[in-house]
Amino acid sequence: MRLTLEQVRHVAGLARLKLGPEEEQRYQQQLSAILEAMEKLRELDTESVEPTSHSTLSGFLWREDLSRQSLEVEKALANAPEKVGTAFSVPKIIE
Amino acid sequence: MQLFELSMLELASKLASGEVSSVEATRACLRRVAEVDGKVKAFLHVDEKGALAAAEASDARRKGGKPAGPLDGVPVGLKDIFLTEGLPTTCGSRILEGFVAPYDGTVVRLLKEAGLPIVGKLNQDEFAMGSSTEASGFFPTRNPYDLSRTPGGSSGGSAAAVAAGEVFGALGTDTGGSIRQPAALTNLVGLKPTYGRVSRYGVIAFASSLDQVGPLCRTVADAAALLQVIARHDPLDSTSAQLPSPDYLAGLEGGVAGLTLGLPREYFVEGMDQEVERAVRAAAEELRRLGAKVVDTSLPHTRYALATYYLIAPAEASSNLARYDGIRYGLRAADAKGLRELYALTRERGFGPEVKRRIMLGTYALSAGYYEAYYLKAQKVRTLIRRDFEQAFKQVDAIISPTSPVAAFKLGEKVDDPLAMYLMDVFTLPCNLAGLPGMSLPCGFTASGLPIGLQVLGRPYDEARVLRVGRAFEREHDFAKRRPPL
Amino acid sequence: MSASDFQPVIGLEVHAQLLTRSKIFCSCSTEFGAPPNHHTCPVCLGLPGVLPVLNRRVVEMAVLTGLALGCEIQRRSVWSRKNYFYPDLPKGYQITQYDQPICEQGRLLIDGEGGERAIRIRRVHMEEDAGKSVHDPVRGISLVDLNRAGVPLLEIVSEPDLRSPEEAAEYMRSLRDLLVYLGVNDGNLEEGSLRCDANVSVMPKGSAQLGTRTELKNLNSYRFLQKAIELEIARQVLVLESGGKVEQETRLFDAERGETRSMRSKEEAHDYRYFPEPDLPPLVLDEGLVEAQAKALPELPRAKLERFRTQYGLPAYDAKLLTSERPLADYFEAVAAGYRDYKKLSNWFLGELLRLLKEQPTPIAALKIGPGHFAALLSSVDRGEISAGAGKEVLAEMFRTGAAPQTVIAERGLAQVSDQSAIEALVDEVLAKNPSEAEKYRAGKRQVFGFFVGQVMKAMKGKANPQVVNELLRKKLGG
Repeated sequence: MRLTLEQVRHVAGLARLKLGPEEEQRYQQQLSAILEAMEKLRELDTESVEPTSHSTLSGFLWREDLSRQSLEVEKALANAPEKVGTAFSVPKIIE
Repeated sequence: MQLFELSMLELASKLASGEVSSVEATRACLRRVAEVDGKVKAFLHVDEKGALAAAEASDARRKGGKPAGPLDGVPVGLKDIFLTEGLPTTCGSRILEGFVAPYDGTVVRLLKEAGLPIVGKLNQDEFAMGSSTEASGFFPTRNPYDLSRTPGGSSGGSAAAVAAGEVFGALGTDTGGSIRQPAALTNLVGLKPTYGRVSRYGVIAFASSLDQVGPLCRTVADAAALLQVIARHDPLDSTSAQLPSPDYLAGLEGGVAGLTLGLPREYFVEGMDQEVERAVRAAAEELRRLGAKVVDTSLPHTRYALATYYLIAPAEASSNLARYDGIRYGLRAADAKGLRELYALTRERGFGPEVKRRIMLGTYALSAGYYEAYYLKAQKVRTLIRRDFEQAFKQVDAIISPTSPVAAFKLGEKVDDPLAMYLMDVFTLPCNLAGLPGMSLPCGFTASGLPIGLQVLGRPYDEARVLRVGRAFEREHDFAKRRPPL
Repeated sequence: MSASDFQPVIGLEVHAQLLTRSKIFCSCSTEFGAPPNHHTCPVCLGLPGVLPVLNRRVVEMAVLTGLALGCEIQRRSVWSRKNYFYPDLPKGYQITQYDQPICEQGRLLIDGEGGERAIRIRRVHMEEDAGKSVHDPVRGISLVDLNRAGVPLLEIVSEPDLRSPEEAAEYMRSLRDLLVYLGVNDGNLEEGSLRCDANVSVMPKGSAQLGTRTELKNLNSYRFLQKAIELEIARQVLVLESGGKVEQETRLFDAERGETRSMRSKEEAHDYRYFPEPDLPPLVLDEGLVEAQAKALPELPRAKLERFRTQYGLPAYDAKLLTSERPLADYFEAVAAGYRDYKKLSNWFLGELLRLLKEQPTPIAALKIGPGHFAALLSSVDRGEISAGAGKEVLAEMFRTGAAPQTVIAERGLAQVSDQSAIEALVDEVLAKNPSEAEKYRAGKRQVFGFFVGQVMKAMKGKANPQVVNELLRKKLGG
């Protein structure tokens, strides 16, 4: 196994996913198998290769510093599951 | 031939001559949806009212002698990944169930401005992660050529709807093959333009450096015409190409005489379907007969593309999908005790297994201690893959290959084996890693009547030549005229 | 070992909101004080499908600040995503600059304990601000307002070059003054448009090995900054003296309790999973932009201070106060163009003008006193046309109404009588009325001189020029 159960739990925590015990084991297996396949990349010497993080071949796009009418607040809140006044409501942050 | 079977451009000429109205064409689509979508299950949402209102407006413009463009009045469908103001937009995910988009994405605005009625929103793999539409949070879509099989994915709903005659064309997105592979499996033309050619604003992000919008149509000319509507610079997308788009229809009939086409030897691999290989080699012969010079070419890092892709795409996705937290929109676990649980339960319930798998994989690849070994390594190999193409395109004008290693597979066949499913993208995803334009077009059928796709890849921003190669092949055959036995 | 055996080592991370009209990646207003979520749009709400487009002004301000701090301006810098979950972070990541910031390796000169010190600046980078959460403990909920989400920030990170809490506060003041000078920040710590975190460690004096540092948050005034660092140094020294180890952690300053306390939570250690932001290509600066900012660079506070000392011959104390705010300095120079006794002018500024400004807070730009009027008033005092006391009264009136000094003097009848003959007549009269006092004076009782001055002034209703009165009295009394 490439991944321990602890690692699976740690990653799930970082990603804010709650996994049941069965799911943890399934992901441990599947992710380990996938990572195993990814090991193939180690064959390549990339010491002097620059990474490619963007596909864009085009120039940089700017926006001028002009402020304009924002979205109407009703629309901004229309999909909110819970709100108080015009604020989004969440369970208290500091526990 | 029935009205719903026409190509977009055939319909456009009938609309122009007044032989058919947009309302009639739209009603034909709606009737067809009512007739077959119970079996095909391509639609997540049908917007009958909106489509008919747009069709009426189109007919009024036409009557006034002022059509908005060549495709004014031609009804189309949209993958549910596009934000459409006032309509549900779920991206195939339960986490966005009930979400109504408060704005139109750029391509949606462009379609509306060009007068194309939008019949509805089409099914897809959740957040575009999948190759069969089985990862939809709602239901799988079926292949109109064989309802027990997948139409491919992730734009499977878009492909199935066009193939089944429910819409005349559709837009999909392609991150690793999600337009081309379903097009190949449903006897359609599917084009992924160069990265940056079409705006991503208002397209729900899967992997931002790979995602690109493109058309799924019945003919190459339709794909060219639909691309014409959406390919333009967008000041709302910093990665949008600041280049004018050529007239994609103008050179379409130019043929392949004098062009050099490359057959990459790495794309004909052990274990690929023999019928697929035969059909693609036959297509290459055909193109040679039509005047192209067909040569062997090599893309040596092809075998690393899959691993590269399945590190980069999940890494970007793990970040892109962090916004689905149950606070501002979408599903919320109302019973959660405390904030921490709100996140965990909302995301646990809202995301399906494939999405969670990729979020986990991507989070891991970016996490402390693994970034260099996985994410950064993949970005470096990506450079090597791009260089392969740059080298190849010094010798050839376009590359031809199979689109998918197999024809449409059975629903359920690969759902429990993520790696086998990932292999479905093996020929399509290098093109995304390199940001190049790629197209799939019909090149035959298996003995059991399943469509086979031919892939054409081009240089950056060279969609026109990709289309021209495809058209040269298409006009020699009647594949595009075939319709599924629904 | 005792506290005096330890050397504190301090570095500051300062977040400054930039004074742009619109947010960094969308066109929403940055204006402060709107009701919750009224300055939001799909982009800063983090709706599905949105993309960032960079505000050019933000880059200009970053370059200007970098130049003022003597940084190397990077012609290519990279945007990154910093991933973490928090309700006021709508996308689940912050767009920031990480391993390739726009400015590197600068310095800020401050008045340290042993004179002028150059504090090295490690980096300056651009990023987006988060929204705000307000906690309602009664209902057990927090309310999220995203008006601030996407407001542009500059993060300015110093090297750990500061050696005392006082120095840290002085650095913060100097940096604030600089940013305000540049017009990129409003300098308001209380409203949070300038925020500060401190990295603090201690090491035995003479050691070259840095101690383990802690990060202090919530230092929203100079006083808190200084206090929190003092407390933290004392805490760390205590830990070390009792044989313990300082743990690397984030600590929150609690002003009410006067302590710093650990923010350690049960959650896994921070792992922000930075990676290059795919939605924004690397930022490549054109030389034109950098050159334009170099041209726009104003005279900086310290250079101005130096010039005030040499050009106007002012003491360092005066020069520092006068140059603390660019508008005040500019105003001083405008008045000085018409009035040559600079030290006296400085006294009037630091005494009367600052008092008036304190009584009725007014931005210098909105000051009603024309520089020419100010200069004319002081000249009147010098010429003896009015007394210094009356001059203050006139200045106060000018401050209120903007009237010319001559008008105020005339309206209020404040002009002094310097006319020799009119005063002489009165002096004669007073002497004639008080012959015995005159005798006493002549006999050597010099104290009665004041009595005569008083009598004359009384007769003149206080408007006689005291100098003239003195001279005449001395002449008439003889001796």
